[in-house]
Amino acid sequence: MGRKLLLEKAHVEGIRYYDTYRREGGYRSVEKALNTMSPEQVVDEVKKSGLRGRGGAGFPTGMKWSFIAKPEGIPRHLVCNADESEPGTFKDRYLMEFIPHLLIEGLIVSSYALGSASTYIYIRGEYAWVADILEQAIAEAKQNGWLGKNIQGSGFDCEIYVHRGAGAYICGEETALIESLEGKRGNPRIKPPFPAVKGAWDRPTVVNNVESLAAVVPIINMGGEEYVKIGMGKSTGTKLISACGNINKPGVYEIDMTISVEEFIYSDEYCGGIPNGKRLKACIPGGSSVPILPANLLLKTAKGDTRMMNYESLSDGGFATGTMMGSGGFIVLDEDQCVVRHTMTLARFYQHESCGQCSPCREGTGWMHRILRNIETGKGKSSDIDLLWDIQRKIEGNTICPLGDAAAWPVAAAIRHFRDEFQWHVDHPEESQTRNYGLAHYADPLQVPVTA
Amino acid sequence: MSEEKKLIKVTIDNITVEVEPGTSILNAARQIGGDVAPPAMCYYSKLKGSGGKCRTCLVEVAAGSTADPRPMPKLVASCRTNVMDGMVVKNITSEKVIDARKGIVEFLLINHPLDCPICDQAGECKLQDLSYDNGAPGTRYEFPRRTFEKHDLGPYIQLHMTRCIMCFRCVFTADQLTNQRVHGILDRGEHAEIATYISKSLDHDFIGNVIDVCPVGALTDKTFRFKNRVWFLKPVDAHRDCPKCSGKVQLWFRGDEVFRVTARKDQWGEVEDWICNECRFEKKKAADWVIEGPTKVDRHSVISANHYVGMHKPTEIEPEVMGRNPRLLMDIHSVSEVNRPEIDLSRLPGPAHSDNFNGIENK
Amino acid sequence: MIQFSEEKLNKVKEIVARYPEGKQKSALIPVLHIAQDTFGGWLDAPVMDYVAGLLQLEPIEVYEVATFYSMFNLKPVGKFLLEVCQTGPCMLNGSDDIIAYITEKLGIKPGETTPDGLFTLKPTECLGACGYAPMMQLGKTYREHLTREKVDQIIAEAKQQ
Ligand SMILES: Cc1cc2nc3c(=O)[nH]c(=O)nc-3n(C[C@H](O)[C@H](O)[C@H](O)COP(=O)(O)O)c2cc1C
Ligand code: SF4
Ligand code: SF4
Ligand code: FES
Ligand code: FES
Repeated sequence: MGRKLLLEKAHVEGIRYYDTYRREGGYRSVEKALNTMSPEQVVDEVKKSGLRGRGGAGFPTGMKWSFIAKPEGIPRHLVCNADESEPGTFKDRYLMEFIPHLLIEGLIVSSYALGSASTYIYIRGEYAWVADILEQAIAEAKQNGWLGKNIQGSGFDCEIYVHRGAGAYICGEETALIESLEGKRGNPRIKPPFPAVKGAWDRPTVVNNVESLAAVVPIINMGGEEYVKIGMGKSTGTKLISACGNINKPGVYEIDMTISVEEFIYSDEYCGGIPNGKRLKACIPGGSSVPILPANLLLKTAKGDTRMMNYESLSDGGFATGTMMGSGGFIVLDEDQCVVRHTMTLARFYQHESCGQCSPCREGTGWMHRILRNIETGKGKSSDIDLLWDIQRKIEGNTICPLGDAAAWPVAAAIRHFRDEFQWHVDHPEESQTRNYGLAHYADPLQVPVTA
Repeated sequence: MSEEKKLIKVTIDNITVEVEPGTSILNAARQIGGDVAPPAMCYYSKLKGSGGKCRTCLVEVAAGSTADPRPMPKLVASCRTNVMDGMVVKNITSEKVIDARKGIVEFLLINHPLDCPICDQAGECKLQDLSYDNGAPGTRYEFPRRTFEKHDLGPYIQLHMTRCIMCFRCVFTADQLTNQRVHGILDRGEHAEIATYISKSLDHDFIGNVIDVCPVGALTDKTFRFKNRVWFLKPVDAHRDCPKCSGKVQLWFRGDEVFRVTARKDQWGEVEDWICNECRFEKKKAADWVIEGPTKVDRHSVISANHYVGMHKPTEIEPEVMGRNPRLLMDIHSVSEVNRPEIDLSRLPGPAHSDNFNGIENK
Repeated sequence: MIQFSEEKLNKVKEIVARYPEGKQKSALIPVLHIAQDTFGGWLDAPVMDYVAGLLQLEPIEVYEVATFYSMFNLKPVGKFLLEVCQTGPCMLNGSDDIIAYITEKLGIKPGETTPDGLFTLKPTECLGACGYAPMMQLGKTYREHLTREKVDQIIAEAKQQ
């Protein structure tokens, strides 16, 4: 049984409410930080912990915090990114719904570290009831002296506000999120300036994911050095994985990054295997924008090593044979699923979510979707596959924000690993409407190159 | 600041220039001029915050600076990236840039109507130039193109959204030249459009400038008489005493008639002085103006790049206006039924008018 | 007459106070949510103009924002907006079938509203409930693990209200 730091208490009866949460040891990290540590010490502790941002990019949180500009007399802000809209990802919602005080606690400590007296939680608009849960938790925390003026006699003032979005995946991108917080369209900003220098209302701003900020609580409680001991290599601590698709037990799991992908899929503690005894075909392990892998490359790296559920191992092999940890949205496809169709839905998603600001993404996402729809519905041509490849190649890296890349990668990876399935759709337009390409050879053991 | 600013060195396509710190790569390249200057469809030096969106100006940074000579991993938008001392940039000497730019042009064109023969902007359209210089022939897009209805934005301006490339310039113009913006960007992604939402008219005194900043024929002058191919018109610099603006304009003549009035543009196609609506839309008689003389056009900097040194003097008006021969985007007959195939518009002897089009009223 | 109640105006004030002084535009999205809930589930131009007035914005600034976000309805919708997710993970678990079933049951195509004005079907993209697929958003709530029977039940319940 892996160690749990975030969700350990998530199922204690009544943990959503302050009294239970406090009784279970909640808000200790605030006491510790505000009474015994300086803001710099908190930042240092987070640096020591090796915590990597849980929102997708995996950037070291402590380092990000140390970049924040501190111009005299200008307020700074911490903004919690609870926009969670990457297909396959629903872990932040789980955390906020079941144990909201953990996030509030993490936010208070982090606000202290960054010097943010007004901290905002930007939550996707559709999570309306979760916003209510958070507001209630904030009110409780305030009643009990954890928010407001001079918290715990430390002289630190802090308020937390919930800001609901209104339906736009792009607002998860941190500069789009800031624009949206300012009441504008969610068009990502052109960097530089970076938010750490000029963010919300032109003030220095740090944007962090819900899970990253919640993880600050155990880090402060146990100390950064202890936290590093959990996990493996540069994948320290625990990670929430939201598992979905064709598995017996979809849901949110906290893993300590020392287990293998195979164990995660098949053990009863986690996904519990694939329903109806079907075989594994493919998986997108880190949210819709990371590369899809066929079963054989998912369970073992190209070198033949067991693939583990951590940052390094998942990305072993680069984009050629690896993938990414991303946001931890783990999507499993069984042998009866069609990779072309799945990729088409993702392309449609990115088309729908492009903000439209820059030409490659605005025009390219829709184009890719239309071609994929043609292939999927038996109207494709062989040349369409090459065209798709060329379009994704021309979007990737050429856009303002990473949504362009996020739209290009799933298409690229699907063609890279499942080209014969695309070709089969083209060659068998009628059959492909009634039957599935199936598992084919995607789970066959790979030849491992022997190195001397 | 009494201290003299230290100039920094940047090398673009093997040519080194010294520029002030804080200069963008694009502006540094413009100082060199010619083909070294990346094409810019959205950046506009006179509009704060513009640029970064169209991605036509992407360049490769082969070395970040003397201090940190690592190359940048991605192509960068030259209009929004500042130079560093010792930076090495590749524009037309980079395969990657040429390839990416070709892609961008294709993206900009897949939903463009390619209705150049009936477009007022033909001949001075930045997209036309861009695709000619950087694009591939033909299109690989096999889906219906996005279309929008034409709209009148008040008595002076027509919006033909289908041609818009979402450069945002007109929005910045309204924000920065007028105190009340009534048009903006609605919807998102590929549905994004320039509009007023509920039919409204744009009638601020300086709003006419949106016509000049628009790189394509999306915003056009409704008072432009007998819509015409611009290359049949002769531009003349003129001015008048205007209480609202500088009054420095260009008059576009055919014979003795003023067909339209625009602001004067510099070699990069940018307006030199904003002009007011009265000058632009109401003063259509030669007698309203003091004529200074024919406009010297050196747009695209072909002259500064010495491309045409030693060429015989142009006898046609077209090259004089354009800096080079007019051209259509592609063989329009293959994509449009608007024209009679037997008519080649660029070779018409006089001004093209609606008779030359297949029953389509060009208004 | 488009006008918030006293109570809602106070709520607007409270929201505006969350942001730095002079940055009342930041309150736009939250206030548009209130406006949509108050004035019939969609944002008519006069409603947006009213919001613009409240927050001292140009109307176009409000239109720009309202048209950007998918949760703001710019046309009237049915009393019950069935927003069924159709993205990958939901598709793997049969969301296409749920959409087809609703189409058949209510006799409306995606994007349409039933003639009685009760139901609008709107296929949407991932709503962050992928593990509980297939699912739909109905008002402020999510309905998850959908089956044909559950859809029947949801529609029956709605008709009762
Ligand atoms: C298109 C796009 C969508 C994103 N969506 C989210 C999101 O929903 N939640 C999130 O935490 N980060 C998201 N990110 C990442 C954020 O930009 C940012 O990196 C993150 O919030 C930083 O927090 P972290 O360092 O704690 O991970 C997204 C990025 C992009 C480009
Ligand atoms: S890449 Fe897409 S989402 Fe990002 S700024 Fe460009 S158009 Fe907008
Ligand atoms: S209408 Fe013209 S100026 Fe305005 S965004 Fe479109 S192309 Fe640019
Ligand atoms: S001119 Fe630089 S991106 Fe458009
Ligand atoms: S894919 Fe349907 S909720 Fe995520």
